[in-house]
Amino acid sequence: MIRLNRRDFMKSTGAAILGSALPFSLVKVAWGAKNPQQDFTFGYISDAHIQHLGGPNFVRNWDRGLIRAVQEANLLTPRPDFFFFGGDLAQLGTKEEIDHGLEIMSKLRGKVHYVMGEHDYYLDLAKYWETAVGPQYYSFDHKGVHFVVLNSILTHDDWTFKKWPTPMDRMLAMARLDNPEGSPFLVGEKQRDWLNKDLAKVDKNVPVIVCSHSPLQKIYKGWNFWTDDSEQVLELLKPFKKVTVVYGHVHQIQYNQIGNISLHAVMATAWPWPYPKTYTQVKTHLPVLTAPMNRADPFFERDATGWQFMNWKTGHLDMHYQLPNNKDRVVAYNRKTGRPEDKTYQNPKNRIPAQNHF
Amino acid sequence: MGKLATTIGILIAAVAAMGLYMQSSADEFTAEDLKRWEEQFMAVVNQGEKLFHSGDLGKNRVSCDQCHPNAANTHPETYPKFQKQLGKVVKQQEMINWCIQNPLEGDLLPLDDPRLTAMESYINYERRGVPMAPGKH
Repeated sequence: MIRLNRRDFMKSTGAAILGSALPFSLVKVAWGAKNPQQDFTFGYISDAHIQHLGGPNFVRNWDRGLIRAVQEANLLTPRPDFFFFGGDLAQLGTKEEIDHGLEIMSKLRGKVHYVMGEHDYYLDLAKYWETAVGPQYYSFDHKGVHFVVLNSILTHDDWTFKKWPTPMDRMLAMARLDNPEGSPFLVGEKQRDWLNKDLAKVDKNVPVIVCSHSPLQKIYKGWNFWTDDSEQVLELLKPFKKVTVVYGHVHQIQYNQIGNISLHAVMATAWPWPYPKTYTQVKTHLPVLTAPMNRADPFFERDATGWQFMNWKTGHLDMHYQLPNNKDRVVAYNRKTGRPEDKTYQNPKNRIPAQNHF
Repeated sequence: MGKLATTIGILIAAVAAMGLYMQSSADEFTAEDLKRWEEQFMAVVNQGEKLFHSGDLGKNRVSCDQCHPNAANTHPETYPKFQKQLGKVVKQQEMINWCIQNPLEGDLLPLDDPRLTAMESYINYERRGVPMAPGKH
């Protein structure tokens, strides 16, 4: 299913052999001292929404989505350097759901970096997550690329701390996507200060990949396809030559280019979401660049769900959407136009009827 | 005087009868009527909204809005339409029942069940203003 050519394979295995046999500086030389960035790949699984029913029972459909993604990702050869999980491992943030999700994820061969989603957060405000999974936001460097993970699903303190009689009331309110009593997502001042300090240490020529749960752009506030302080976050990323933002939450293919910043959404393993414009009572702003995913056919349980294989080979992030019930999609950076484009469907003439959403 | 009183009496009776006639006329309704009918309808829409967002409709706590926020992607204006997987033309209520039986793992509702009417009211209300397009895919 994952189509890598022979050259990719030789490169990756070559790196592994060099890595094990030679000191690190020589590996760098082997890749060319002029460009310390190296080719690598990683996997991205997101939005599993593991839902507990009491006792040993969980919603079968959502379990199967995550199990399938893990099984398929385990077939990748050569192995990706690591994986991301893009948030919403749980549906209602309980220990049972997080534990069950982590148990399924534990079958994945490779290290996983986790992003926090609102369904993981609003029951106990990350208390269990921090014990079982790790910090809510952090950064690391990998083969010449600076990775930043943000918790972008925070909101105003009055909503979080004053509005709800119990933590589960708060969780249920945020879990309902179309809730008029909801509240817009925020990265927040504290985390933006941290990001500012974190980025100060990074050379402006170093590519930056930011992973958040919610879109760091404003598409539709009513469903929180939105982060309220996204402009302020993007402003901090502007000085860097090459920035890529990857987000979950929207359960659909979206991509955009804002200045030097490429933005990509990932698919859910659980279920697809409609494009906001199909809610005809409101105004929404899907990036016009996006060639939409196929409309979901409910008669196929895994239709319009999937996971991603990411290729950092061209110095940009190429998204390979792995869609168990649909034709796989590739959205890659086009150097000529300076923006991400779908390899097959960017020209509207090439689109198929199932990509018409209404 | 007696004659005048009788005449007035007849006139009053005639006006009252006219009033009765007008009240019972089918094509006359008042702003108050409109208000009451809208309240009745919106009460059912609100029941539908609650059901649509409730885990009680099926048996696995999954609710309709998990896949259809604001009832989007339900396309009520396209029914009745041919569903290839069911092999026939079906109406919206049958598709709602399909969702209750499959993703929600529940039991189908009788077609005259008030809950189904409420769901249909909510779904159609969220799609108000969209032109009818029966059969469209």
